[in-house]
Amino acid sequence: MTDIIIIGAGVSGCAIARELSRYKADILVLDKEEDVCCGTSKANSAIVHAGFDARHGSLMARLNVEGSKRMPALAKELDFAYDQCGSLVVCLSEAGRPRLQALYENGVANGVEGLRIIGREELLALEPHIAGEAVAALWAPTGAIVCPFGLTYAFAENAAKNGVRFQFDTAVTGVKPIEGGWRVETSRGPLKARLVVNAAGVHANELHNMAAPGDPMQIIPRRGDYFLLDHAAGDYVRHTIFQLPGPTGKGVLVTPTVHGNLLVGPTSIDIEDKEATATTAAGLAEIRAKAGLAVKDLPLRQTITSFAGLRAHEPRHDFFIGEAAPGFVDCAAIESPGLSSAPAIGVMAAGIAAGILHLEKDPAFDPTRKGILDPKTLPFAQRAELIRQNPAYGQIVCRCESVTEGEILDAIHRTPGARSLDGVKRRTRAGMGRCQAGFCSPRVMEILARELGVPLSEVTKAGGRSKIIVGVNKDAL
Amino acid sequence: MMKNADLVIIGGGPAGLAAAIEARRRGVENLLILERDSELGGILNQCIHNGFGLHTFKEELTGPEYASRFIQQASDLGIPCKLNTMVLDLAADKTVTAMNRTDGLFQLHPKAVVLAMGCRERPRGALNIPGYRPAGIFTAGTAQRLVNMEGYLPGRKVVILGSGDIGLIMARRMTLEGAEVQVVAELMPYSGGLKRNIVQCLDDYGIPLKLSHTVVDIQGKERVEGVTLARVENGRPVPGTEEHYDCDTLLLSCGLLPENELSRAAGVQLSPVTGGPAVNESLETSIPGVFAAGNVLHVHDLVDYVSEEAGAAGAHAAAYIQSAGREAQAAALPVLCRNGVRYTVPSTVRPACVGDKLTLRFRVDNVYQNKKIAVYLGGACIFTRRRPVLAPGEMETLQLKGDLLRQDPAAGSITVTLEEA
Repeated sequence: MTDIIIIGAGVSGCAIARELSRYKADILVLDKEEDVCCGTSKANSAIVHAGFDARHGSLMARLNVEGSKRMPALAKELDFAYDQCGSLVVCLSEAGRPRLQALYENGVANGVEGLRIIGREELLALEPHIAGEAVAALWAPTGAIVCPFGLTYAFAENAAKNGVRFQFDTAVTGVKPIEGGWRVETSRGPLKARLVVNAAGVHANELHNMAAPGDPMQIIPRRGDYFLLDHAAGDYVRHTIFQLPGPTGKGVLVTPTVHGNLLVGPTSIDIEDKEATATTAAGLAEIRAKAGLAVKDLPLRQTITSFAGLRAHEPRHDFFIGEAAPGFVDCAAIESPGLSSAPAIGVMAAGIAAGILHLEKDPAFDPTRKGILDPKTLPFAQRAELIRQNPAYGQIVCRCESVTEGEILDAIHRTPGARSLDGVKRRTRAGMGRCQAGFCSPRVMEILARELGVPLSEVTKAGGRSKIIVGVNKDAL
Repeated sequence: MMKNADLVIIGGGPAGLAAAIEARRRGVENLLILERDSELGGILNQCIHNGFGLHTFKEELTGPEYASRFIQQASDLGIPCKLNTMVLDLAADKTVTAMNRTDGLFQLHPKAVVLAMGCRERPRGALNIPGYRPAGIFTAGTAQRLVNMEGYLPGRKVVILGSGDIGLIMARRMTLEGAEVQVVAELMPYSGGLKRNIVQCLDDYGIPLKLSHTVVDIQGKERVEGVTLARVENGRPVPGTEEHYDCDTLLLSCGLLPENELSRAAGVQLSPVTGGPAVNESLETSIPGVFAAGNVLHVHDLVDYVSEEAGAAGAHAAAYIQSAGREAQAAALPVLCRNGVRYTVPSTVRPACVGDKLTLRFRVDNVYQNKKIAVYLGGACIFTRRRPVLAPGEMETLQLKGDLLRQDPAAGSITVTLEEA
């Protein structure tokens, strides 16, 4: 019997796995997809909220502020892209000032440091493209941006380094209490564990309701559509710009990303299908209409892709982290600010699980992890030396993002490693640039096929049935 | 240590090859082509259909055949090139930073540079097509590479959005390779491709072309399962006109974008219309000694014109090097576009620097019938040509006499316009 099965390899599941890997325990992470970071964790605003927004007194507020505070040191320890660029909540009318003040006070109560309401002039000095109607803003210097993939892979790789096992393409279909633990039914057969952690994202309520039927939970997939803009527009704003939530809703944010793009979104549309990550014309139109309210003349022509993610919304609007049934620990309803809170969620949920199993600390635990080396960050001479030592770093595969074969090989041979085009993309950015993989996808396919020892026809975009090619020329004639 | 070069040509496709050949013929001994792919020839290598070279060689060649003629000439002339070599940066002082596996990371300090990086395809994301993002969505060029160079079929039931030339060519290719191409949808009320390609690639195979139609939804989470088309009026899909197509593949041929990231980083001034550098009569960009030709400058319809234009750029680069970069201080006239003329290359002209003839190329913004192309120097008409049909898919080329351009030193501009014939 495995000590702990964590269901879900999103940012929460991986953060918990990493924190639990501090203990002596046999830990297995399951995910129905082919890789880490395939659900909500891969499609969100990629920001670290300072923590002024979540209602004071909620678990969400506590974990957000704690997660935000842990993030800078964690970024060094686990080597992922993080930038404390600061955030601004822009108030567009005098009538909004009381709401801005309330937000400020909520933030102060939550323990957010450095919050200040700034006037129009200071705001325009910080952000010249802010709409002319702006009257004031809430300045949060601890607001930040993060690579959501980088954060999730960092947790997963560090967990794996400390002995956690990952099993993909494994959908959990049921959980049942048994003597001394839980039986976990999966698409690949049954498994047993002393303790189960439910980090199943939008599906977490289904597992919760099997384990703790007396206390039903509901999760509504809340879709957010986004536009991602080219590097050429990446410095149009330098801070995360929120619109002050008002009677007409929450508005959309405009933010730089750690990779120098501009991200605009999300919508907030409650749907039924938990896999429906399709953007809609109406959703995209809504962003176009709202995006310009706080930031003027937004260069949406520079859009390189649009996408949608699903937030795991629970009607009570708080995180649910705790033992829902003996040996069954929920980490559920992790909607925004889930990414920001992930470091704190990991610590909290791991602490609960370790307490239940009376786990003992593992002195061999190594808290560090090195990310994939980006040769662009090296000085000329060092980069030249790197290529001399490993010529694969001299071969560009993705032109738009200047990703070399060396980085792609690194991504494939890590644990857990990339097995698909999207897996390579999230780890290295190959295919994430302005041509959206038009140029590099055949080349990345070749590398994947060669390194994984599979025929080119078996290479997928994102696992499962997402094969890129369907046959050879004239095979049907 | 890397040997320096007087002339660096960035890109070894048809433009880079023609520029290098002409520069060498004009006496530039020390030049170098930097090519990011594993062979010279650029996109021609995947264009295995024929129809290339009718103007240049008076015969119909395939893309690789057309390329091989230039590669052979370059080889005969002993022009050096570095393959698998990516230029990472071009600085305003013309320092070129590049790298490959064998030479590592290196810098060159040439006297002149020819930009010949070509163009790329507009991706799905830039088209704002809603829906899922499954496997099975390819730009036409990516599919062309998989089919023509790798021998793999990217799909069996195909819908094509966009009637650019690569999309039309791929409609025929996919059909010949055993796929079923159901329809080509085009957002505009006219095709962006050549008339001959519509006839030879769609009509001959019974593939319908739906003008004023676009994709409004993509179904299938893992692999494309279908797309929805709708009719478009005034740029917007008309509700109630949706039609569903079951398919496993969506090919996109929705425009080409000159690839000018290096130029932009160097500070080369770009045209907002073409996306390529603004150039003068010598195809010289806003940075003296940096020239541009081919699809990096503006997207061409025929490769023959790319070769011709790039040859001129190579000649001008040679002259620049041989004159030790002495700038002609001649007055430059802007070329103004009027009445349906979208842009011109060049966009400025120094009449004193024009030789016997100036080649001026442009495209129109719509389909026009029974028009006359007219060119004015100041207020005086110096050129007219009747054109029964003008279309956005076809590039127009004019030859203007140098003497006529110099006849009025007081003229402040050149105007290219369409008039009633």
